[in-house]
Amino acid sequence: MKFSLKGAVAGLLLGTMLGSGGAWADGGTLRIAMTAADVPTTTGMPNNGFEGMRFLGYTVFEPLIDWDLSDPSKPADLRPGLAESWEVDPADQTRWTFHLRKGVKFHDGSDFNADAVIWNLDRFFDDKSPQFDANGSAITRGRNPLMKSWKKIDDYTVEIDTKYPASYFPYIICYTLIASPAAFAAAGNDWAKFAQAPAGTGPFRITKVTPRVSVELARNDAYWNPARVPKLDKVVLLPMPEATTRLAALRSGQVDWIEVPPPDAIPSLKSAGFNVVTGVYPHDWPWEWDVSEGSPFHDVRVRQAANYAIDRDGLVQMLNGTAIPAKGWYTPDHPLFGHPKNDYTYDPDKARALLKEAGYGPDHPLKAKILTSTSGSGQMQPVQMNEFIQQNLAEVGIDIDLETTEWGTLLVALRNAPGSAPTMGANAINVSFATSDPSWLAKFFHSKNKAPVSSNWGQYSNPEVDAVLDKMELEFDPARRDAYARQVNELITDDAAWLYVVHDMNPRAMTKKVKGFRPAQSWFQDLTSVSME
Amino acid sequence: MLSFTIRRLLQAIPILLGVSILVFLMVQMIPGNALDLMLPSDAPKDLIEKMKAEYGFDKPLWQQYLRWLWMLLHGDLGVSIFDSTPVAATLFDALGNTFVLAIPAAVLGFGLGIFFGVTAALNNGKAADKALSMVSITGVSLPHYWFAIVLVVIFSVELNWLPAQGMQFDTLPSTVEGLKSMVLPVITLSLIPMGVVSRVVRAAVLEVMSQEFVNTLNAKGLWSRSVLGHILKNAAPATLAVMGLQFGYLLGGSILVETVFNWPGSGNLLNLAIFRRDIPVMQGTILVLAAFFVLLNLVVDVAQALIDPRIRR
Repeated sequence: MKFSLKGAVAGLLLGTMLGSGGAWADGGTLRIAMTAADVPTTTGMPNNGFEGMRFLGYTVFEPLIDWDLSDPSKPADLRPGLAESWEVDPADQTRWTFHLRKGVKFHDGSDFNADAVIWNLDRFFDDKSPQFDANGSAITRGRNPLMKSWKKIDDYTVEIDTKYPASYFPYIICYTLIASPAAFAAAGNDWAKFAQAPAGTGPFRITKVTPRVSVELARNDAYWNPARVPKLDKVVLLPMPEATTRLAALRSGQVDWIEVPPPDAIPSLKSAGFNVVTGVYPHDWPWEWDVSEGSPFHDVRVRQAANYAIDRDGLVQMLNGTAIPAKGWYTPDHPLFGHPKNDYTYDPDKARALLKEAGYGPDHPLKAKILTSTSGSGQMQPVQMNEFIQQNLAEVGIDIDLETTEWGTLLVALRNAPGSAPTMGANAINVSFATSDPSWLAKFFHSKNKAPVSSNWGQYSNPEVDAVLDKMELEFDPARRDAYARQVNELITDDAAWLYVVHDMNPRAMTKKVKGFRPAQSWFQDLTSVSME
Repeated sequence: MLSFTIRRLLQAIPILLGVSILVFLMVQMIPGNALDLMLPSDAPKDLIEKMKAEYGFDKPLWQQYLRWLWMLLHGDLGVSIFDSTPVAATLFDALGNTFVLAIPAAVLGFGLGIFFGVTAALNNGKAADKALSMVSITGVSLPHYWFAIVLVVIFSVELNWLPAQGMQFDTLPSTVEGLKSMVLPVITLSLIPMGVVSRVVRAAVLEVMSQEFVNTLNAKGLWSRSVLGHILKNAAPATLAVMGLQFGYLLGGSILVETVFNWPGSGNLLNLAIFRRDIPVMQGTILVLAAFFVLLNLVVDVAQALIDPRIRR
């Protein structure tokens, strides 16, 4: 270790401060390199997907119902956010009442109340409102297609009507964040200007935005929940899409924390004294295959065979342990995983037997075309991973033609039904997904959501699954709703509705100076507990 | 000279129009548009269609193009679909960041290139010529991004002398930290112009040297330094043409170099816009870059005409 004069001086200074019992013994600045190619929008509805939500959504702005990220030992669930409580009207299950938190102030000092909530809902869901924000609206409505109407009951009560009864509405409204109407007015009623000086209610406030370069956050000392006032003084967020660049920035001391280091670099990072933090979160890396009549994956025996043919442990090893094997839609230790009859271990003999039963063999091999991308949100290392699977499947007699395209093109394919031109004749699409809550089950597996209507690309249609999903949608008791979700996972696992491959472990690498980070089982993370040594 | 310049300026208009139509059509060939990329992957189809209509993507192509052109004629490059910011502001910001790298890279690359080229030509066939030729060939053939990563590994990760990435200043470098952040990208960027210019200069000087007037000048006993002056002046037009093109490439901002160094320049912006199908940003960037190219060529032509009266005729 080199002697550094600067370090010695800083140490002395710090020592003095600690000695004098200064309140700023905590704190420090945390510099994070994100994988985003750009600074996510700072208007309270970040683009750049869930990474944008992670760093510039929930850190600065808050929803009515928030994610509870405090317990790393179980999947993150919901907790009260800007609403202290909420309930659905037993007589009319489309009517939700939210009781708002009192005494909350936005970063600009203005009051949070029912008017602010209504103003924000108008911003996203009413094209005619003066504060309508086309970009934010597009993203919010993409996540929340249920809103029908909303109104203020009193200063701290808001009522929202949904288009149809949906028990999982809390899991949907949690993506709608609340920004300060007063700050918008101060910015001349212009979202682009608001983005330069935004105000939310969250534990951090935005102090500086340099488009395409960085965003700086500072602690919100006046945060309403004293338990979650950040320890850090400052957070600097830097977009760095190139994995090699992120790695170099960490290793040369330009940043303290990088999202997703290249898996190959993990052993060397560890030996150089960096912490590599991994944790399970609701993420699926599957093949969504076309199960309709005429597709090679129409036969459940073929689908099960493929699920038995993959050496998931080998794949995880290739990824340097940054994933865990998938055996169903939920992670194997998830409370909603249930007890499916099929345990998809690596069993090529069983796979061959199932294929033989389905009428395939060495003289009659099964051929299929798979579409994937070169990179993209949550895709991990799609090309290498798919080639690994291709090899596994070749060993049991499934001949895979791998088509690789660019992320945007893949998203378009995903939004069109199998057989249509944009899908390029693919029998399965490899796209990774979030599996944060039960509402996604319906989007992926209910027959009414077949692509191109919604996200059931594979045209999966199982009356039994449909029936349970319908019951789940109308079951407002969380425990009973969860029981239905568990039942769905069992059904779609045994029916091999997808090729379940792995769940990402979302590796992050950080210097030893970063203390107190507890990785939540979520796409989102809580930075309030973090401090710099 | 004036009419020559005006004629060339007028010729630029159809070129720019052609470029804008071509870019517009090529973008339409890529599947998907900005909304497909912007919306969550599970967004319902009807919402996407509705949003497309709101942005006017459901209109016939010629209408979309004319609308864009109409705004352009009013000096408006439009607004990014992806983040609602005005394209002009973002673009000029990015171009500024690219200029900050391009100008020193050009000075370094052209300076070394000319020096190496002339030295090689004067030592034609000797060891110095071979060594310099090797340097210039290496400069042209080394993959940019690979060289950049090697520089980063040596100077940032191992030695910790220079930052690995990022622009450490706002518009112009005013601190040592700012200047340090420019070193590696400038060196990487100067590599290709250095190689190309040195090869062109060497060839041009050799060609001029083989002409009879050089022998005459030498035979008349002129000082070798003034002979060299004549040689260089005759070799200048070809060199200028290549330098103009190379400078154009530098202004375009190397996508690869800006990606490796996470530099918020125009190459980076264009790359992002392409992946996001952000048509207004793409159109604006390409158009402005094309305009630069046309302008640079014009400057080169005028400079050549000034040096060599034969071109004016």
